[in-house]
Amino acid sequence: MAAQMTDAHRRFLQVLMSHGIMEGSEARKLHRRCCEIHKVHYVHDKLDDFISTVNRHLQPLFMQIRKGLSESDGRAHYALVNLAETEITKMASDYTENELELFRKTMDLIISSENGFASSTDILNLADQLKTKKMKKKEAEQVLNVFVEDKWLSERNGEYTLHTRCIIEMEQFILSNYQDIARKCNICHSLAIQSQVCESCGTGMHLPCVRKYFRAQTEPRCPQCNDFWSCDIPGTKQPIFTKTESSNTRK
Amino acid sequence: VSLQQDFPGLFLQEEEEEEEDFVLNQTPTYTQLLAFLHPQAIELVQFLLVKDQKKIPIKRADMLKKVIREYRDVYSEIINQATRTLQQVFGLELVEIDAKHHIYILTSSLPRAEGENLCQNDETAKLGLLTVILSFIFMKGNSAKDSAVWEFLRWLRVKPGQRHSIFGDVKKLVTEEFVRQKYLEITPIPLTDPPEFKYQWGLRAAKEISKKDVLRFVAKIQGKDPTFWTSQYNDAEATS
Ligand SMILES: [Zn+2]
Ligand SMILES: [Zn+2]
Repeated sequence: MAAQMTDAHRRFLQVLMSHGIMEGSEARKLHRRCCEIHKVHYVHDKLDDFISTVNRHLQPLFMQIRKGLSESDGRAHYALVNLAETEITKMASDYTENELELFRKTMDLIISSENGFASSTDILNLADQLKTKKMKKKEAEQVLNVFVEDKWLSERNGEYTLHTRCIIEMEQFILSNYQDIARKCNICHSLAIQSQVCESCGTGMHLPCVRKYFRAQTEPRCPQCNDFWSCDIPGTKQPIFTKTESSNTRK
Repeated sequence: VSLQQDFPGLFLQEEEEEEEDFVLNQTPTYTQLLAFLHPQAIELVQFLLVKDQKKIPIKRADMLKKVIREYRDVYSEIINQATRTLQQVFGLELVEIDAKHHIYILTSSLPRAEGENLCQNDETAKLGLLTVILSFIFMKGNSAKDSAVWEFLRWLRVKPGQRHSIFGDVKKLVTEEFVRQKYLEITPIPLTDPPEFKYQWGLRAAKEISKKDVLRFVAKIQGKDPTFWTSQYNDAEATS
């Protein structure tokens, strides 16, 4: 018989919701802590089983705790997603119409870009072209900050990309609404926003997937067309990456 | 549960395959009931969770207008199902904090874990600030003047006029956001010129935060025993 929901599961869910998204090691710690607090049998390394019990109860509500990998460092993250929405309804109740339009346009820019980033200048230039209601640049800047704070976007040196939480939540939406331009990673077959693209055939790969894939190859060649991979392979010159990588796989 | 009355056949059929005797005197488990929720109850659960994430109190009028819509005749059934689901799946309770305007919040119904209350959301420094303010108010006898609160915050290097690197506009955070979220209640003191204000715990704070934990927090910082503050200690013991 399938496991029942306990207060440990409920607490886990509550804390996950208040964080929006949690990194794998954080979630494992929380799993343990919740079991301790409620004196529920704790099985080390069985977080995914624990979560599947929660998910069975969330399923009739069209919700799910989903696991996704960060596009920048490849680490696992967990987030509660709403499966019922085909549109961005979760955002819809939180933002005004023109804020949503700005978000959609930013998403367009990010997804159609080569590397998965849109510059703040390009985004702010959209502010006075919004159809619903124009925004001043200053205003748009603040709205962007809120999107970052709410974990829909992440920012690096004035460039914006989709936050891991946003990708976990909206992967299906993006794949079906941006069919022609959204790329799937050649290695892990999930949506790839930040990616490297083969110059010859246009196939894309996540940066962590590139790193993992080419580590096993003597010469970097595209897994699709076998042409030489012309992009710089991330992490090859930075020992820091190998360090975090190995501590990750150790579990 | 009226759900059982509505769909008696469904539950029986489901279990009949397994073992017959067992079925007849067994009430359906919650998991089984979940499959028969009214679509509006599901939508209401989602709606309440989204609002709660930002700690926005929910008006009944909004629930009716945005979620229940044309199903008003089964309103109470929908609310019952949603409340039960929130309880069973999320460990959350829908609480009416304002009976006159019918305003609700979600609060956790899980038993409090030792010390958990004050650090559950420790990733948000904002709630750290809130805890500090609530502690101050509590130690001042459950009510403090605005001038005293801000003097105390200034002493912690949090200044109302300056943009704080984490809190942003602190004045706005404290006097608008915390108030809107019902963590703080700020009321004008009558007959004061220039106007002065009284800061007290809001209804959410009263519901979610234990005075015992707050006193323990203060005692820890000050390196004293909670019993050192007799009236606060009695207050905390009485309200928990
Ligand atoms: Zn990949
Ligand atoms: Zn290629």
